[in-house]
Amino acid sequence: MATGQEAAHGPTSGEYIVHHLTHFNSTGHAQQAVIDWSVWNLDTLFFSISLGVVMLFFLIRAASKATSGVPGRFQAAVEILVEMVADQAKGIVHSAESRKFVAPVALTVFIWIFLMNSMDFLPVDLLPKIWAMITGNEHAYLRVVPTADLNGTLGMSIGVLILCLYYNVKIKGLGGWIHELFTAPFGSHPLLYPVNFLMQMIEFLAKTVSHGMRLFGNMYAGELVFMLIALLGGTATVMGFVGHIIAGSIWAVFHILIVALQAFIFMMLTLVYIGQAHESH
Amino acid sequence: MNLNATLVAQLVVFFILAWVTMKFVWPPIVKALDERAKKVADGLAAADKAKADLALAEKKVVEELRKARESATDVRAAAEKQATHFLDEARADAARIIAAAREQAEGEASAALQRAKEALRDQVAHLAVAGAEKILRKEINAQAHADLLANLKQELQ
Repeated sequence: MATGQEAAHGPTSGEYIVHHLTHFNSTGHAQQAVIDWSVWNLDTLFFSISLGVVMLFFLIRAASKATSGVPGRFQAAVEILVEMVADQAKGIVHSAESRKFVAPVALTVFIWIFLMNSMDFLPVDLLPKIWAMITGNEHAYLRVVPTADLNGTLGMSIGVLILCLYYNVKIKGLGGWIHELFTAPFGSHPLLYPVNFLMQMIEFLAKTVSHGMRLFGNMYAGELVFMLIALLGGTATVMGFVGHIIAGSIWAVFHILIVALQAFIFMMLTLVYIGQAHESH
Repeated sequence: MNLNATLVAQLVVFFILAWVTMKFVWPPIVKALDERAKKVADGLAAADKAKADLALAEKKVVEELRKARESATDVRAAAEKQATHFLDEARADAARIIAAAREQAEGEASAALQRAKEALRDQVAHLAVAGAEKILRKEINAQAHADLLANLKQELQ
């Protein structure tokens, strides 16, 4: 990317990283408070919604052309994904009625997260540079990986939490579920009620936070490593150039695994958590 | 890593995407998959049936072949038997005909011999009498010696 000609007034390594880790949001400058519900990360929203639409476009195309005859390559690929998700759902969620919604949720989650994670494969400076050229502002912020934004991943994991709560109530009944909240996991005894309830709350919180944080951490770290590698190339030395190529190739190849693996893990945990909501303690 | 309203938006997007997938993507694909699975199962069943039919037909063919071979052997044996029979009959007939012919020929030959002997005997008697007549014409009275001549004739027989 632009390295040599900007050397005179180029950003320092710290500035470069901070710049790349700052969202393009509705305020136009970096968010100050840790939590501020009036701010929207426009880049995360744009890329996640765009990729979601792209996903739906291809899936609906595949669905509308689906025949029981000989499938084409594209149809076969989609079918492999659907079969994989359907098999996993069948093994984890033991309710055919729930699977009608849960399995599509898992498929959506898997493909959507896979696509969002895949944004990491684009050169770290490519879209931000194009964005800077479009806006004419050299310091325009843009982050292209929606899953490297905690809002994106926690949004999805809270979605899964809501589904868990919904199925808890649906399967066990509101009374049954509340009863379970106070009697599981340690047993039904008035003295144990607070402990049980506390444990249940911790469990829900831990599940949801770890669910979202796991994906976010992986993608955030992956993005950061790509930036560090880009900085290595940005030194514009032979060592830096060779190092950039070697490290960049290795990390990109390794990242293919992480991208697919994290999408799969998120999907599997979605199924597992929803499956747990179906089981009585 | 600040939290903001994006989280809520992402939550909503998550449900919208999931709902659209459930409504428009999942059912047709799963339906196609199930239909294809059924088709494949039917095809395999048909193939199995065809294979079983083929085995049955092959068994039948072998059986028929064996039967045909057996009956052919029977026919050949019968034919051979009949041929032998005909041959024997023909041989017996031929022997009979030859024997009859030979017998007839022998009979005819002996009759002819007999006849020839008798004719010869007659002639010799006549010749002897004629010769004796010529020699004894003057001395012998035919009537006087008739008994003698008759005796002579008798002896020559």
